[in-house]
Amino acid sequence: MLEKVLMKGNEAIGEAAIAAGCRYYFGYPITPQSELIEYMAKRLPEVGGMFLQAESEVAAINMVYGAAGAGARVMTSSSSPGVSLKQEGISYIAAGELPCVIVNIMRGGPGLGGIQPGQADYFQATKGGGHGDYHCIVIAPNSVQEMADLTALAFNLADRYRNPVMILGDGALGQMMEPVNFDSCKAMLTDKPWATTGMGTRDKPNSINTLQLQPEKLEEVNVHLQAKYALLQTQETRSEAIWTDDAELLVVAYGISSRIALSAVKRARDQGMKVGLFRPITLWPFPKSELADAVKMASAVLVVELSSGQMIEDVNLAIRCSKQVYFQGRTGGMMMKSSDIYDQILQIIAPQGGN
Amino acid sequence: MKHEVIIAGFGGQGVMVMGQLLAYAGMAEGKHVSWMPSYGPEMRGGTANCAVIISDEPVGDPLVSEPTAAIMMNSPSLDKFWRGIKTGGDLILNGSLIEKEVGRNDIHRYRVPINQIAVGLGSEKMINMVALGALLAAVNIVSPERLLSCFAKKFAAKPAILASNTAAFQQGYDCVAKRTL
Amino acid sequence: MSNKVFARPRALTDVATHYCPGCQHGIVHRLVAEVIDELDIQRKTIGVVPVGCSVLADQYFNVDCQQAAHGRAPAVATGIKRVHPDKVVFTYQGDGDIAAIGTAEIVHAAARGEKITTIFVNNAIYGMTGGQMAPTTLANQITATTPKGRQEDSAGSPIQLSEMLATLRGAKYIERVSVNSPAQMAKAKAAIKKAFETQLSGAGFAMVEVLATCPTNWGKTPVEATRWLNENMLPQFPLGVYKNANEV
Ligand SMILES: Cc1ncc(C[n+]2csc(CCOP(=O)(O)OP(=O)(O)O)c2C)c(N)n1
Ligand code: SF4
Repeated sequence: MLEKVLMKGNEAIGEAAIAAGCRYYFGYPITPQSELIEYMAKRLPEVGGMFLQAESEVAAINMVYGAAGAGARVMTSSSSPGVSLKQEGISYIAAGELPCVIVNIMRGGPGLGGIQPGQADYFQATKGGGHGDYHCIVIAPNSVQEMADLTALAFNLADRYRNPVMILGDGALGQMMEPVNFDSCKAMLTDKPWATTGMGTRDKPNSINTLQLQPEKLEEVNVHLQAKYALLQTQETRSEAIWTDDAELLVVAYGISSRIALSAVKRARDQGMKVGLFRPITLWPFPKSELADAVKMASAVLVVELSSGQMIEDVNLAIRCSKQVYFQGRTGGMMMKSSDIYDQILQIIAPQGGN
Repeated sequence: MKHEVIIAGFGGQGVMVMGQLLAYAGMAEGKHVSWMPSYGPEMRGGTANCAVIISDEPVGDPLVSEPTAAIMMNSPSLDKFWRGIKTGGDLILNGSLIEKEVGRNDIHRYRVPINQIAVGLGSEKMINMVALGALLAAVNIVSPERLLSCFAKKFAAKPAILASNTAAFQQGYDCVAKRTL
Repeated sequence: MSNKVFARPRALTDVATHYCPGCQHGIVHRLVAEVIDELDIQRKTIGVVPVGCSVLADQYFNVDCQQAAHGRAPAVATGIKRVHPDKVVFTYQGDGDIAAIGTAEIVHAAARGEKITTIFVNNAIYGMTGGQMAPTTLANQITATTPKGRQEDSAGSPIQLSEMLATLRGAKYIERVSVNSPAQMAKAKAAIKKAFETQLSGAGFAMVEVLATCPTNWGKTPVEATRWLNENMLPQFPLGVYKNANEV
């Protein structure tokens, strides 16, 4: 095992991307992801890669479209307001089936919002974001080590499925430091015979065009995309289940919230309460059947998010509204304390306050 | 064992690096560690702080609301954090910049003239090492040797500052260990 | 060139285009294709086509192509060129694409001295969406969204993109041409060739602005349209070389 280094989450994403063979980066500065763009500016030239600061997020995502279409492993990153600007390009990238990695280090919104951590872009990330019937694969790490491991996974999934992959982190994960190594960050490269590299010795030109004026043809495109999404739903869901086997109350949280929730769940377990934690790692495809399994013994569910309640809709769908679902959320860049979650666990399990 | 430390002060006082050094040393001792900073414009001139967790078990929640130990480098930081410190916890406060008393008898309070010591040794820049020395004398989070070897590693490019910073660390340490407060 | 006008350049596919009768997009395509042939770069050229009437141009150019979102062609081309610096990358854009929704992208590509070639077809109107005002629409020109003519005090004045971009150091070759006569076409082709050569030499950004007719949305016959272009567009958009930084 390589020695671990202490790194910020933002930087770990950058190093993992490079380890996974990413050599092109286009981005625009925004807090709290700026360490990532700065890291790429410094690091990419050292490995023979190319860094470019674009004039806007709009330009950056379209540069990614061009580079991905040209066959490169390419990444862009931003935070909430910038990711809104990228949505047009992401829709085109999904339609063109171009592999790339897009990082959103979320902050509080809406509008210019704030710069403190948030998870309020869940809907945008998982339900499309841009126009049309498409999905990004959305991956939510909850530690600096996962920022690294899942970034490498993101590049490999992007190539394998020819689909954009979004890493959905937040300001806390981006800014915090933890030990990390890059042992498992490996590039699994695939051939890209479809890329526009210049015809060379090919006898036909390649074209990447997302326009289909014939409705029948466009429907075919959509049917093809949906088949891919259905495959992703069966093949690529990821999640973590802790103490769920006998859990009477199941806490569901992702990303930084799952860390806070875990501390509360541990404390409750120490007190003899049958509480478990379910953590979706892929937010799209959402680990529906895994969650349905984990919730079997439970009589109630507590969803914890740094938003007013977005993932809670997917939780309710996955369990078909079969249980009482409670919610705890903070917004604006505020974070709940694990003691707040613990208190709510107590409330749900022993409403009279005693145990 | 789980240490949850908050280090707070003016932006530019080096509290971030102080926390990183502590986390780095914890990692070198094979512990689970995390370092979580405050960030944003408030750091320019305002107060900055970071939370460091050093634990035998994997770190869950990286946020710290009830620190087991704290270094408070200035008054605004103290105002923000003094209430949260866990009963039985350790508080290093910078006597050079903080005059007020802390009305808590359930914690160990160490008033260390951090700036004076650093200036006496030749540079205010060394306040961080004075503070870390004091902290590690008050509570054995990582061994002093480990912290110093991590300092040497982190600043390997500037070997000239090692000796003076080691002295600063030692004086902070002695100040608490020998109660020369 | 004039002795083999009817031979199809290799860099054009054998497909009937969808352009209206008298539309000059087709002429510009042909000139670009002839230049690609003459420079023998077909197999290393990657085109970026816009949103606008030329959105399907990837079917006409017999080279690798990507179609970009409205206005973003220079950004897409930047992405391609940075991955393949040894290839030839060009964008083909209309006036709405390049000088309204995509102003930022073209200005910054030029400012960076992006080693790409831009073919800008200025027909003073939005063709694809049915004749609305473009950033290059003339003062008092009637369009679907300026039914009383473009009023400068509320709808602004025409953007002279060649003049604007010429001020940028990264822009190495900028020329405005028209294709209204065989002589003009020959000049236009020479300009397009220069613009590609600028890229091949590694000098920086190059653009050729081609004034072109849109008989359909101007509500004119093709012949009337060429006359209208000469009488009305030329005074606002004088032809000529605006930048030639790599004079050899
Ligand atoms: C984001 C977005 N907004 C608007 C449109 C609709 N639209 C398509 S083409 C066009 C204008 C094209 O005009 P121009 O660039 O001058 O090219 P021409 O059709 O005249 O060749 C517009 C507004 C679009 N496709 N995308
Ligand atoms: S609408 Fe105008 S620009 Fe478009 S094809 Fe017809 S004539 Fe050409």
